Amino acid sequence: MVLVRRRGPLRERCAAHQLRSRRVRASAERAPTAQRGILMKVLVPVKRVIDYNVKVRVKADGSGVETANVKMSMNPFDELAVEEAIRLKEAGRVESIVAVSIGAPACRETLRTALAMGADRALLVTTEAELQPLDVAKVLKAIVAQETPALVIMGKQAIDDDCNQTGQMLAALLGWGQGTFACGVALAEDSVTVTREIDGGNQTVRLKLPAVVTADLRLNEPRYIKLPSIMKAKQKPLQSMTVQELGVEVAVRLKTLQVSEPPPRRSGVKVSSVAELVDKLRNEVKVL
Amino acid sequence: MSVLVIAEHDNATLAGVTLSAITAAVQLGDDVRVLVAGHGCRAVAEAAARVQGVGLVRHSEAAHYARPTAEDLAALVTDLAVDFTYVLAPATTFGKNFLPRVAAILDVAMISDLIRIDAPDRFVRPIYAGNAVATVQSMDPIKVISVRATAFDAAPSGATAAPIEVLEAKPHSDLADVLAEQLTQSERPELTAAEIVVAGGRGMGSADGFRLLEAIADRLGAAIGASRAAVDAGYVPNDYQVGQTGKIVAPKLYIAVGISGAIQHLAGMQDSKVVVAINKDEAAPIFQVADYALVADLFQILPELETELSRVLAK
Ligand SMILES: Cc1cc2nc3c(=O)[nH]c(=O)nc-3n(C[C@H](O)[C@H](O)[C@H](O)COP(=O)(O)OP(=O)(O)OC[C@H]3O[C@@H](n4cnc5c(N)ncnc54)[C@H](O)[C@@H]3O)c2cc1C
Ligand SMILES: Nc1ncnc2c1ncn2[C@@H]1O[C@H](COP(=O)(O)O)[C@@H](O)[C@H]1O
Repeated sequence: MVLVRRRGPLRERCAAHQLRSRRVRASAERAPTAQRGILMKVLVPVKRVIDYNVKVRVKADGSGVETANVKMSMNPFDELAVEEAIRLKEAGRVESIVAVSIGAPACRETLRTALAMGADRALLVTTEAELQPLDVAKVLKAIVAQETPALVIMGKQAIDDDCNQTGQMLAALLGWGQGTFACGVALAEDSVTVTREIDGGNQTVRLKLPAVVTADLRLNEPRYIKLPSIMKAKQKPLQSMTVQELGVEVAVRLKTLQVSEPPPRRSGVKVSSVAELVDKLRNEVKVL
Repeated sequence: MSVLVIAEHDNATLAGVTLSAITAAVQLGDDVRVLVAGHGCRAVAEAAARVQGVGLVRHSEAAHYARPTAEDLAALVTDLAVDFTYVLAPATTFGKNFLPRVAAILDVAMISDLIRIDAPDRFVRPIYAGNAVATVQSMDPIKVISVRATAFDAAPSGATAAPIEVLEAKPHSDLADVLAEQLTQSERPELTAAEIVVAGGRGMGSADGFRLLEAIADRLGAAIGASRAAVDAGYVPNDYQVGQTGKIVAPKLYIAVGISGAIQHLAGMQDSKVVVAINKDEAAPIFQVADYALVADLFQILPELETELSRVLAK
C-alpha cells in the first residue's frame, strides 16, 4: 500500500493558485465558528485505478488491459476532490467528509488514502461486476439517500475508462445541479459557486445546494500524506457493504467486445537543421 | 434509424465540431435531425439546415439558452430523445457537460468519445488516455454518444436547406445559473480547428518564452497549444492545454516544442498527421511519436525557424 504521495505532475501548480489557496486558508483562520453558519457533510467518491504513471499494456487476448502486478492508486481527479473537501472543512464550512469507493475489496486501500488525507469516515461498496458509470451513479445515489450530504465532490473523469460521466449522471438521478470541471469552489450556506474550465476559457455557475461538483486538474494541490496521518487513518471508521445490500440493480448495457492497441505511428527520422526540417515539411510531406 | 444531433454554437455560428458529429450521425442513420437551442440563434439554425444529410432542424429560443446550463439543456433534449435511436453531441466540454445527464434520465449508458462506428450497435472509443481502444456493444434502445470531432470529417454544406421547426423552450431550472464567462480572446484559429498547431511545454521557460512560438504561429497561421505543465506554470491560459484532460487535436502539422511527451499529452495530439518535436533531450518520449525529430535547444532553434519560414514562405 502506497500512502505517501509521490512527487510528480500533480504537484505542479501555478503561483496564482498557491496564492489563492493560501488566501483561503488565511480567511478560514479568521472566521469565528459562530459566523460559519450551518456545517455540512460532504461525500467524496474515490475510484481505484491503474496509477497514472504506469504505461498500460493491452492483454494479448484482447479482453482488457494488464492489471496483474500493476501499481494502483486513487484516481488523480479524486485526489483533488478529497483535497477540496478537506480545505472546505479546514475553512470551517464542512463538518464531516465521507469517502466512498465502489469495486473490489482492494478499494479499501484507496479509502485508507482518503482517510489519511483527512476524510473522516469511509464506505466500501463491494461488487464482483465491473460497474459502468450509470451503475456507479445509482450506487452513489443510494449512498446519498443514507448519508444526506449537502455536497458531493468527485473527480471529473476516471483515468481508466476516461468516461467523464458519473458526476453528471449522479446529479441527474438526484435531481441536483452540477458544477463540472471545477477549478474553483466557493461554498455559501445554501449555494455553491463553481468556476468551470470550459473549452473557450472559464465559466462561473451558482448551484443550489445540495449539488454535485466534479474536480478538474487546477482545482487545488493535493497534500502530501504524513506518516502520523497514515497511522491515524487506521483508527478511522471504514464500513463495508455490498451493492446488493444497498438494493441497487445493476445491468450490463455496454458490453466490451474487444480491447486493442491503438494503431502505431510510423517511426520518424532525425533532422539535423532547421533548413532540413523546413525542406522536409514543404517537399516530403507537403504540409507547408 | 433516427439520429438527433445537439448543435454546439455561440448563437452566431455553428461550431465545426458539430459538423463532425453530423458526419457520424449520417453514418448511423438516414433520418438526421439537429437541435439548435440558443438565444438569437436563427442564423445557426439556418446554417445547420444547409448541412448535407440533415433532414430537419429543431430550433428552440430562450434567454436561458444563450449559455445553457446542463440542467436546462438536458431537460429539453431528454424530451426529444425518446423518439430517437441515437442522440449525439460533440465530445467537448459542451457535450460532456449535459449528455451524461440525458443518458441518466433516459436510464441508458453513454458512450464517450466515439472514434469509429463498426455496426449500428458497435462503437470504438479510446480508454486509458488513448493507450488502448475498446470496442463496445450497446444493449440500450437509445444510444447516447459523444463524438470525438478529430475522428470524423466535417459534414459539407449543400445548396438545399432542410426545414426548420420551432421547438418550445422549457422553463429555466433554478438548480443552476450561469453567472459569468471569461473567454480567451484570440486572433488565431481555434485550437481544435486549426490546420497547424505549435505547442509549447515547460521547456519554454516563461510566458515570454511563448513569444518565440507566437512568432512561428504568425508565420504559419497556426493555433498555439500547450502542455499542462506550461499552463500550470501560468505561461498560457488553461484553454490552450492539449491532452487527456485538455483538448484533442489532430491537425495536419503539430509542432511540439519543449514538451517531454507524457502519455497524458500524447493522448491529445497523437492523431496529428505530421508531428515535429523539438527538444534538447534525445530520450524525450515525444520523439517516439514524432515524424521529424530535432534534438536541440529551442531558444536557438525557434529564431532560426522563424527566419527560415519567412524566407521560404515569402517566395
Ligand atoms: C490525471 C492527469 C491528467 C493530465 N492531463 C494532461 C493533459 O491533458 N495535457 C498535458 O500536457 N499534460 C497532462 N498531464 C501532465 C503530464 O503528465 C505531464 O506532467 C505534462 O504533460 C508535462 O509537461 P511538459 O512536457 O511541458 O513538461 P516536462 O515533462 O517538464 O518537459 C519539459 C521538456 O522540455 C524540454 N526542454 C527544456 N528546456 C529545453 C530547451 N531549452 N530546449 C529544448 N527542450 C527543452 C525538456 O527536455 C523536457 O522534455 C496530466 C497528468 C495527470 C496526472
Ligand atoms: N467505482 C467507483 N467508485 C467510486 N467512485 C467512482 C467510481 N467510478 C467512478 N467514480 C467517480 O466518478 C468520477 C468520474 O468517473 P467516470 O465517469 O468513470 O470518468 C471519478 O473521478 C470518481 O470520482
